[in-house]
Amino acid sequence: MLRLTDIQLLYGPIEALRGVSLEVAEGEIVTLIGANGAGKSSTLKAISGIHAVVGGSIEFRGQRIDGLPPHEIVGRGISHCPEGRRIFADLSVRENLLMGGYLLPKSETAQQLEQVLAMFPRLSERISQAGGTLSGGEQQMLAIARALMCKPALLMLDEPSLGLAPIMVAKIFETILSLRQHGLTVLLVEQNAGAALEISDRGYVLEVGSVTLSGDSRALRSDPRVVQAYLGG
Amino acid sequence: MFLQHLLNGITIGGSYALIALGYTLVYGVLKLINFAHGEIYMIGAYLGFILISLIPAMPPFLQGNVILMMMVVLIVAAAICALYGFYLEKICYRPLRGAPKLTPLISALGASIFLQNFVMISMGAKDQIFPQTIGMKTITLGGVSFTLLQLVIIFSSIALMALIYWFINRTRLGVAIKATSTDPYMASLVGINVDTVISVTFMAGSFLAACAGVMIGLYYGSINFTLGYLGGIKAFTAAVLGGIGNVPGAMVGGFLLGIIEALGAGYFSSEYKDVYAFFILIAVLVFRPAGLLGKGVNERA
Repeated sequence: MLRLTDIQLLYGPIEALRGVSLEVAEGEIVTLIGANGAGKSSTLKAISGIHAVVGGSIEFRGQRIDGLPPHEIVGRGISHCPEGRRIFADLSVRENLLMGGYLLPKSETAQQLEQVLAMFPRLSERISQAGGTLSGGEQQMLAIARALMCKPALLMLDEPSLGLAPIMVAKIFETILSLRQHGLTVLLVEQNAGAALEISDRGYVLEVGSVTLSGDSRALRSDPRVVQAYLGG
Repeated sequence: MFLQHLLNGITIGGSYALIALGYTLVYGVLKLINFAHGEIYMIGAYLGFILISLIPAMPPFLQGNVILMMMVVLIVAAAICALYGFYLEKICYRPLRGAPKLTPLISALGASIFLQNFVMISMGAKDQIFPQTIGMKTITLGGVSFTLLQLVIIFSSIALMALIYWFINRTRLGVAIKATSTDPYMASLVGINVDTVISVTFMAGSFLAACAGVMIGLYYGSINFTLGYLGGIKAFTAAVLGGIGNVPGAMVGGFLLGIIEALGAGYFSSEYKDVYAFFILIAVLVFRPAGLLGKGVNERA
């Protein structure tokens, strides 16, 4: 479904990605793990077109998407829920969700809103509240719900568990699993490598801008190198 | 007497508010003070002048109906100014996106000088006198005298403000302007074409400024190519007074500034009419930089 071939990305003179290649197949949950600055978020930014790549290619459903502006990439069916949630603080929960469905035809918006709210009943209770007044966990729910409003085929989540209470973290991961049952493909970036490898099918380990390990999540979980570096073994 | 000054203040304040909205909307999406905005307002006034001069050539059903005629003049002038706003952004600001903050500001000043001189050369440097065709008869009611034109101006300003308020809060594109103002990065991730939103914002602001230009031209009766400088700075003051970036703030600030100016001119000295606005600008910047309705100055990373 998604194929990255040897992509390179620069932040000024710094090479953030040095030839990353990876693949995500339809219906999979794939996770990227790695330390701070390894290039996990940069990979997602390259895919969603927020940051232009300087080399390599990105293909989605057989078509090149590198070089397209972000709003066109959203239109192709890739939704990026970025790190730090980035709720539109002054907009109401409803407006946040409607913005998520900005590219939907007007006739489908109401129905999609209903479906997304059914998944996150907590948000319907707060529908008229300003997004910025929600708790951290609720904001993360809203961020995911907003990312789902455009009916994506591939959802990219960047650190959805960051800064949340453990009970909330469990809930977020549960949500991700249930999304897959709805037929969604998920590309997940997580600091919490243990949890991420537990719910994912496959994983890639990034180190200073390149993929150093990849494979089945179960295999990665017992790989001594992963255990030592990321699972605190 | 007080009511008289108040009414005059509201008339002029409505126009300040309309121009201030353009400053505030553009500041919202680009975090840029568009210092060429006053010139758009001036061009609006000139377009109004040209259109009203053409009235004798218009169909008779228009000539007989003050309100309909006023609407036609407003809409045509505003539509042309919206195009000015569109190209102003495209030519002077878009190529500088991502440049240091000072660069587009200098570009704004350049655009302002260019537009002023463009109008001076094409329309002449002398004052142009508006044909006094619309509702100039004075009506006196309970000691307050006003013209029909004044009522039309007040009503039109309020109607335009209601329209822009509805647009921003009730339409998808309007809410996208708000979303882009809070977080342009996230706005592009939900599929908003940020460039389109910025263009629309400039067009909406220019539309309102042009309406203000036509109304002020009619109200004062004469216009000059330097009109945009003072008018622009006063409206900018109104936007700062209300809280730059804040839409209701620009409306409140505009009316407030108009009223203060009218009261000051009426009770103290009309010679100092323009001083009050600058006094307020300095006072707001010193004592309440975020403005009356502003939420404190905190820049997002």
